[in-house]
Formats: sequence, structure tokens, C-alpha cells
Amino acid sequence: MTTWLLRRLIQAVFVVLVMTVIVFIGLHVIGDPIDILISPEADQAERARAVAALGLDQPLWKQYGLFLWGGLHGDLGRSFVFNEPALQLIGGRMPATMELAVTAVLLSVVIGIPLGLYAGLNPDSLLGRTTMAGSILGFSLPTFWVGLMLIMVFAVQLGWLPSTGRGETAELFGVQWSFLTRDGLAHMALPALNLSLGNIALVLRLTRAGVRENIHMDYVRFARAKGLSPARVVLVHVMKNILIPVVTIIGLEFGSTIAFSVVTESVFAWPGMGKLIIDSINVLDRPVIVAYLMIIVFLFITINLLVDLLYTVLDPRVRLENRQ
Amino acid sequence: MNDVTLEVRNLSTHFETRAGTVRAVDDISFSVSRGRVLGLVGESGSGKSVTGFSIIGLVDPPGRIAGGQILFQGRDITQLPERELRSLRGNRIAMIFQDPMMTLNPVLRIDTQMIETVLAHAKVSHEEARTRARDALGMVGIPSPDERLKAYPHQFSGGMRQRVAIAIALLHRPDLIVADEPTTALDVTIQAQILAEVQKLARDNGTALIWITHDLSVVAGLADEIAVMYAGRIVESGTVADVLDRPLHPYTHGLIGSVPSRNRRGTKLRQIPGMTPSLLNLPGGCAFRTRCARADAACEQDPPTTEPVAGHALRCFHPQLEVVA
Repeated sequence: MTTWLLRRLIQAVFVVLVMTVIVFIGLHVIGDPIDILISPEADQAERARAVAALGLDQPLWKQYGLFLWGGLHGDLGRSFVFNEPALQLIGGRMPATMELAVTAVLLSVVIGIPLGLYAGLNPDSLLGRTTMAGSILGFSLPTFWVGLMLIMVFAVQLGWLPSTGRGETAELFGVQWSFLTRDGLAHMALPALNLSLGNIALVLRLTRAGVRENIHMDYVRFARAKGLSPARVVLVHVMKNILIPVVTIIGLEFGSTIAFSVVTESVFAWPGMGKLIIDSINVLDRPVIVAYLMIIVFLFITINLLVDLLYTVLDPRVRLENRQ
Repeated sequence: MNDVTLEVRNLSTHFETRAGTVRAVDDISFSVSRGRVLGLVGESGSGKSVTGFSIIGLVDPPGRIAGGQILFQGRDITQLPERELRSLRGNRIAMIFQDPMMTLNPVLRIDTQMIETVLAHAKVSHEEARTRARDALGMVGIPSPDERLKAYPHQFSGGMRQRVAIAIALLHRPDLIVADEPTTALDVTIQAQILAEVQKLARDNGTALIWITHDLSVVAGLADEIAVMYAGRIVESGTVADVLDRPLHPYTHGLIGSVPSRNRRGTKLRQIPGMTPSLLNLPGGCAFRTRCARADAACEQDPPTTEPVAGHALRCFHPQLEVVA
């Protein structure tokens, strides 16, 4: 177990390192932020001063070295635009994205698993067929379009829910959260639903497939032959077997939901990390972009690690010690 | 008290498929008494497993019991509502399945799977249920049952898993056990151990046992009576001595002839020509007539069940009365 964890951590460090190199070189290729940052009227001397102030006069390897050194001390650079530490800037926006992503994933579990169970147990029923057909739409419709439609229907036509911003927030652990107030929840409803649609479809189909596959297994028949109630057979025997792939997907999707909430946040003007990163890319605010990508990489690695650990809880056949 | 534990009368189990009705079990009757063992013998697809599942009420759609009665201790259980049937299942009637690698849930511990069975039918504390589970494991010869309770199925060998499955079946000391080829997937040595143990346990508890198998040699040593199934029907039934030593039906002859024996060393094994017919388009009349050397025009009618010798029933117009080697 310890060896396994140690090995995984070393792997993680390498992934982060490779990622920094790719990001650094990539950003350098995209363009020179100085052209965007200083006014077109600035003269040569002003320009040189600005370049030196941002450290852009150094050779790339030196910039990279300085970045790594800073990173080791928990400093991922200062935003060119806001002149604030990038981490602090992103950290300030993180709760908004986090609560949106967590809500979206919760929705996909709460809606996807029961519907998938139902569709799996009653594949020929009307609801079973409808959910399966509907889930195809959940996959294939682009997020931004669904977002616009949600706004059209629920905000514009029906006027039930607000369409922009976080609404009223309340403080918990020194951070502002929307989910603690009624108004905040109302604001979160549409973007969270929009963000979760694809995941609902995925979890639903995975659960359904799992049920279809497992329900005909001998162990299910044997469980029934023991005289167990149908509820126990499905919710304990079948569920525990299905949960293994479902947990993997939910874990991976949680990472992507955070990373790719960009579109939803833009459509609903949700002031989260996604909106920040889009704005930063537009002005080539390098430290923010790098810091953002680092955080996402870190999140993915952490989530994957947690999913692997969860496996051992769910599937007794997985033994971490034997892993290569 | 009536000693007949189970009496099956004219049972038919059909599967409605798009291609037509499959008569997997077609008008069969038999009975088993307390402490007796009935061997239900036949090739794959002869309907013997479906018979077993019909008895325990676990025929999945599109299958359904189309007719007949299953009298368990005098009560017709085909008419019971699901809830009452469930209180019998695993309690008074238990089943052991063919493949021990598949019957236990791979992600639940043995104790979970045993204790839930105890608690499904008995109002006892969790500790009491665990004690019963442990005792059942000990009874089927699993060493250090206390520790093994905490193990997962994959930590057991095939033979051990089948013992666990048998222990589960025995938890409530059922009146009837339906064993569906439980030793087919096991080594012969393990098979012999398990056969001996099940036989002893059934005898000690007065449990009636239906042993479904395609293996005549297993039945020869274990069963008291034999019913031979072919294409959903029982073609011959009687005591082991009657059926195996003085078989009357040409199919039973064929089956016995197909078992390699030292007495016939060097001679070619006799085979039954042809294959089991598809249950979808059975030939009318005797289902075996297309493979039978003795078949003639009479066989195009359904042969009635006759009893040429008392207690030895068969469905054939041309019983084979000479003795086989």
C-alpha cells in the first residue's frame, strides 16, 4: 500500500513537471503578451521597462527555472493584468466553480443512477425507452446551445429562474457560497443542470448497461433463490457490482466538469475559474493560465488517486500491493 | 405424516419467443419423498434445469409455468403469490447451482452473503445469524470457519465455493434441495467428497434431494430413483436398479451405452445418432423417434406413460426388453 502510494506520488510529480514544460513552451509560441498589455502609444523605453518588469527579457529556460523555483515556494507568479498573485486570483474564483461542479456531479448521480436502474430493470417500459432515447440527446447536444435554450425557456419565457451570476451568497469558512441561500440556489439551478446533462446521460447509460449485464448473472439468481427481497438483490447485490465502473466515470467526470465548466460559466456569466481563464487567455495573462492549468492537473491527479483508493473499498479483488 | 415432500403433476414450462413457443418442460410428473434422492438425468437442453427453476419459482420471462401443479408438502406452490413463494425459497426449498465460480457475489464477503440468508427467513440477532453461518460452514467441512467467514469468494477454490453454496442452502435445514449439476465443474476427487457429504446431510436431516445431472455414474451412486428426461419430457423413470440395470426406453439404452466402461474395452463406444432436436420444432409424436432405431409409424403418435413393471414408468411404444451389456 505504502509502496503503491509512493510510486503513484512520484508518477504524479513527473506528470506535473511534463505539464509545466508543455504549458510553458506552448504559451511562448502563442504570442507576446507585451503587445496586448502596454498601450500602442508607448515608446521603446517604456516597452523595455515593461518587458523587464514582467521578466520577459530573460531567456525561456531561465523564465522556466524561475517559475519552478517559485512554484516550489507556492508562488506561481503574479497576474500581468490584475497584479495579484495568480494562485490567489484563481483561489478567489474557485469556490464558485467548485460548488457548480459538485452540484452538477451530485445531480448526475442522483438522477442518473436511479433512472439507469429503472431503465435496466424495465428495458421495455415506456420510461425506460424514453430515458435511453433522451440520454442520446444529453450526449450529443452541445453545452452552449443547451445553455441558451435553458435560458430561453426558464429565464426568458417562463421567468422561473435567473440566468446570470451567482445571486446572493453567504459566508462559510471565510468563503462566499451560493448554495447556502435560496437566491443563490435559484441562480445555480440552470448552470448546474446544464453542466450535468452530459454526465447524467453517461451515468444513466453506464448504470443501465451494468444492470442489464449483471441481472442475468448466476449470483443474482442465487441471491433470489436464497429468498432475498428484490430490493436487496438489486440495491445490494447488483448495485455493488455496478458501482465499480460508475465510480470511475464519476471521478473522471468530476475533473472534466471542473476543467470544462468554461462554456457553461461563459453562457451563464458564472464568475468562476472558467470565466477567468477565458479572460486571461484573451489578454495572454501567462501566469494565470499556467497557474490554472497547474491546478487542473493537480485536481485530476488527486481525483484519480482517490478513485483508485475507492476501488479497493468497492472491489475486494483489487489488491494495490500487486499493481505494477 | 405424509412422506412425500414434493409431487410434480403434469408440469409444463413454456418460453414464448418470437420464433414460437418453446416447450422446455412438457407435461412431466414425478415425486420425491423425505430423505430420498431423485436423479434427474438428461442431455443439455432436455429441460432438466428448467424443471429445477420451475420448482423454486425462478423461471424468468419469457418463460412461464404453462400448466400443471407443483405440490410441496401438499400445497400447490405454482399458485402462491410471490411474497409467500419467497418465504419458502432458501428456507424450505433451497437450490445449489452448477458453477460455483459464478453463484457467489464476487464483491460481498461470505459472512454478508450467509447472514442475509439467515435474516431473510429467521428473526434472530445478527450475532446469532453469524453463529449459524459459521456452524453451516463447519458442517460442510470448511476449516477454520470463523476466519473464512470474513473472506471474499475469490479467496476460495472452486470446490470450497461450492461447499459455501451448499452451506448456504443448508442454513435453514430445508425440506427440499434442488441441486443443478453442482459437481459438474469440479474435480472428481472434490466431486466425490461433496457427493458423500450431501448424501449424508440429506439423510440426516430428512431432506428430499433432486439431483440434476447428465452424469449417469453420479446418479448411480447417489440417487434412489431416476427420471430420464428427453426434449422436455420424462421418458423413463423408476428406481436406480430398474432404470440403470434394466432400461426399457431406447434413449436410456443409448445414454448408458455412451458411458465408457471397462467391460467393453476395445469396442467402439456406442453413440446416439443425431442431436437433441430443437425444442422449437419438435417432431410430432415421440420426440426421440428421429434418432431411434426402433421407431416406426406408431411413434408418430404421442406415446402414453405406461408401467410395464410396477414402479418403472416409461413413454415408449417399443420398449427394449433385452438386457444391455
